[in-house]
Amino acid sequence: MRPGHGEVLIAEGDVDVAAEEELLVAEFARQLDSGMWAAVPVTDARSGRREAQMARSFEEVPRDAERVIFFPRASGGR
Amino acid sequence: MVLALTATGIVIVALLGELLAPRIEERVERFRAGRRRLPETADVDPGRDRRAEARARLLLKSCVNDEEWAMYRDLGFIRVWSHGTGRTTAYLIYPHKPILAYVPQTGRLLSEHCVEFPDETRPYGSARLPDSDDVLAKWMALTGDERRLLASANMHLPGRQIDPRQVKRDLWRLRQWERERGRAGAVAGDGGVPAF
Repeated sequence: MRPGHGEVLIAEGDVDVAAEEELLVAEFARQLDSGMWAAVPVTDARSGRREAQMARSFEEVPRDAERVIFFPRASGGR
Repeated sequence: MVLALTATGIVIVALLGELLAPRIEERVERFRAGRRRLPETADVDPGRDRRAEARARLLLKSCVNDEEWAMYRDLGFIRVWSHGTGRTTAYLIYPHKPILAYVPQTGRLLSEHCVEFPDETRPYGSARLPDSDDVLAKWMALTGDERRLLASANMHLPGRQIDPRQVKRDLWRLRQWERERGRAGAVAGDGGVPAF
């Protein structure tokens, strides 16, 4: 998500296809390097409630994740 | 005599000039401005923010729980339970306002956590996320890593930015809303939502 623009599709691909996974890994790293946080919407297996799982590296993204949402890193506001 | 009159006339003209010069200058500027070509406005899109917000609402709806989405749609905020402390603390998430921590059982307000999600690159000319994206960012950060978010935020006593009377009203609205949903759920036979 981007200020003034909302949701923007950055990249898409299948992690089971090596070339596409490589692309996703590179884009993931680029986003984090540019100061974004990454979160994966997930459903808690026990409670059935939706929540987010923060990912600090591509390895932390569940393999079956449908999407990763990048958003600007939080900082203290006034 | 003639010399004195001439000198007086020059003084009067000079004084009038002092008085009238700014007005004349302003008139000239206005005239020029009226004839000046307006800058091209092709890149100014007044509907951009509205479309961004519409997209953000769809994204928010697709991520949060149905109850939370309905809460945001109907009341304008989302309540998130604290992960670390059981159900002894909850947060109210408002768009572009601090996250408000409170005790659900008593309604006592605990603190305001001021947090922003600034985009340092600002590629689209605005520093603010759409309202629903701001709510979603807070929701993801709270449910995903509550400690890290709170550590990033500036904490203040309640009442600094959000009027406590408004929060009391919102908590009352939330209780009413949950009762209504509970009743509607009971009628529908799914047990409804517990009210706190």
